[in-house]
Amino acid sequence: MYITVAGNGKEVKKGLTLPELIELEQVEMPDYVTISVNDVFIDADKRADTVLKDGDTVEFLYFMGGGC
Amino acid sequence: MALTDTQIERYSRHIILKEVGAKGQKKLLNAKVLIIGAGGLGAPAAMYLAAAGVGTIGIVDADDVELSNLQRQIIHSTEDVGKPKVKSAKETMERMNPDVKVNTYHMFVDASNIRELIREYDFIIDGTDNFPAKFLINDACVLEKKPFSHAGIIRFQGQLMTYVPGEGPCYRCVFQDPPPKDAVPTCKQAGVIGAMGGVIGSLQAMEAVKYIIGKGDLLTGYLLTFDALKMEFRKVKLPSNTHNCAVCGDHPTITEPIDYELNVCEDKI
Ligand SMILES: [Zn+2]
Repeated sequence: MYITVAGNGKEVKKGLTLPELIELEQVEMPDYVTISVNDVFIDADKRADTVLKDGDTVEFLYFMGGGC
Repeated sequence: MALTDTQIERYSRHIILKEVGAKGQKKLLNAKVLIIGAGGLGAPAAMYLAAAGVGTIGIVDADDVELSNLQRQIIHSTEDVGKPKVKSAKETMERMNPDVKVNTYHMFVDASNIRELIREYDFIIDGTDNFPAKFLINDACVLEKKPFSHAGIIRFQGQLMTYVPGEGPCYRCVFQDPPPKDAVPTCKQAGVIGAMGGVIGSLQAMEAVKYIIGKGDLLTGYLLTFDALKMEFRKVKLPSNTHNCAVCGDHPTITEPIDYELNVCEDKI
């Protein structure tokens, strides 16, 4: 199936879960990354149960604390 | 109040824009913007707002200028090392534009002072370097119904979003709670390319100006991310399922700003 991750389209296996995608994308410190799927925030405790579907759009939103 | 001849000349490139005009320029001259943090983000934001003729600019920072600041904090110069940042910033802004009244606050913001501090301003710019301050500013702005620009920079990356009461998610809607101390690196630990403050801080000034003149689309409901190595900007739509937000949701549990443990960007080296 085909999904869009952070603006980039990619072919992934059918039934990919969010934790699998996090692994695949090598997301650093995923506990501190906010995730949205199709413009809906996914609660941290719902990640494991989130199975992606063909055409889904996933965004990873990272903490950025600097300003100094 | 009518613009003087000097002002008409100084702001001519604004006035000629149909989105600004003399009317917009007067709005800028009557506006009050508070910049929290006179560092990598606050420096360019303050300079562009001063040049633009924002009539009152408040600047908050407890620190003194250090040599390691000068790689990016362009409002300060070599001879300012050792001086309070707010003093150095005020001197630069006043040299740039005598139309601007600069209020300085040589202090840290905390739960006891933030609400009163932001109350007299029209727009707030978060140029701080730590998560406790970013959440403090967000919560205070939500509680006081003040628009503000969030930004963060690190390494070759930056991000930006704008909160306007009732018009989209707040910072806490997106990030819920500050990460534990030292879990996410600061710019002292990880470094930051100097011009990143210029890019993102200038965009914060841009949002403030657009808000004041009431033109264009603000970054409400979006997080703008910038990756300088890829030279890529992305405007990421933020979800609207934020009714559970602890401060701006349907049943807020946060009714006063919170002092989280401080994890400042100790910029001593
Ligand atoms: Zn919120």
